[in-house]
Amino acid sequence: MSRPGLFGTLLIVLRKDLLIEWRTRARLNALIFFALATLLMFNFALGPDTVLMRAHAAGYLWLSILFSSVLSLGESFRIEMENLSLDGIKLAPADARAIFLGKALGNTLMLLLLSLVLLPATIALFDVHIVMGVPAFIGILLIGSLAISAPGTIYAAIASNARARDVLLPLLLFPILIPALLACVKASTLVLQGDPMNQLDSWLRLLLAFVVIYWSIGFVLFPRVIEDD
Amino acid sequence: MSGEVAIDIRDVSKRYGPRWALARVTYALPVGRSLLLTGHNGSGKTTLLRMIATASFPTAGKLMVLGQDSRDDRQAIRQKVGLLSHASFLYEDLTATQNLVVLGRLMGLQDPEGKANALLERVGLKARTDNPVRQFSAGMRKRVAIARLLLKAPTIALLDEPFGELDPAGIEQMEQLIAELKAKGSTLVLATHQIDQGIRLTEARLHLENGRIVEAA
Repeated sequence: MSRPGLFGTLLIVLRKDLLIEWRTRARLNALIFFALATLLMFNFALGPDTVLMRAHAAGYLWLSILFSSVLSLGESFRIEMENLSLDGIKLAPADARAIFLGKALGNTLMLLLLSLVLLPATIALFDVHIVMGVPAFIGILLIGSLAISAPGTIYAAIASNARARDVLLPLLLFPILIPALLACVKASTLVLQGDPMNQLDSWLRLLLAFVVIYWSIGFVLFPRVIEDD
Repeated sequence: MSGEVAIDIRDVSKRYGPRWALARVTYALPVGRSLLLTGHNGSGKTTLLRMIATASFPTAGKLMVLGQDSRDDRQAIRQKVGLLSHASFLYEDLTATQNLVVLGRLMGLQDPEGKANALLERVGLKARTDNPVRQFSAGMRKRVAIARLLLKAPTIALLDEPFGELDPAGIEQMEQLIAELKAKGSTLVLATHQIDQGIRLTEARLHLENGRIVEAA
């Protein structure tokens, strides 16, 4: 009997989370419909001004992703608290840092999938063209998903023990995500509209720094968050 | 290992907010012995079991499990201790087999699926291995939780209300399992309100009231 290391445990946790999502596809469908409905509402709110729509398309796409992420992140810890399943994993035993990485990666994949569904809807609703190409835009969606999921996983774990967790999670998460949201919107707008002043690199650097900082913080602090010391 | 101390509780207290769930509890249980924990609801039985399992930690005092400090050596202790709790630790949307396979993989077992199915058959759930736990009755969940404990083959088994929610056949099976664990040399701590049954299955008794030991026999 050889116990899995950090990477092995990470894969077991990730696989378990993806299996649960696959077995309860209704939740994923609800999330996608919520995000699409949000995007549609923003589109209606702007009115028929195509110049305005194109200028703000990236902002509304990322706001839809952000609002939907709260549901997705909250759900990822609701399943862990239902029968104290997280205790069961912890006592197996599993390294809490691997639990963080597995759950945060699972959340990243969910957000990326959601973003990929929202991308064609954004193109259609806001009448935008991706000047720098679809792969560049998908790259930003991936980095943005990584940026939301690391602090999102930490705060979802903290909020999961609170009575008002549905309110607490966005209250904790949204202020922290402002730099990442700003960088995501700016970088996405540049990829959509072109980057004649070469500004994209600086926004990507900010976004990557945010990702590195919060994944590191989660890796170090998550054991403190889930252990009842 | 006979004569060695399996669980050494030294002046342990646990506070939740303003309330002391356990107050200055001291007790030592030798390896291979079985202990019955009794007391009213809220007397501190579950708190004590959760601390021995390292699911939570003392506010004051020291708790040693198999010679290791519960706070500093928690991962080593967790490998040897199994907890059957009020909460089943099960994922509602996974099948009974999948729930056990997740644990088996974390433990690094060879063929976790085969072992999971064999244990589920043993607890009488052979026909329901591929059903999600969400569809199970309370008694069936308890049986899956028992299979989960057996998969771990713990050196120390902590059983919190093991007979709760089980039907008569399940209770009989649970008694057999406890006897088997004892025969294998596992140290056992059993918390139950069914005192006669508990006394029959264990060698020592600890009665708690308001987080304090009021009787040790």
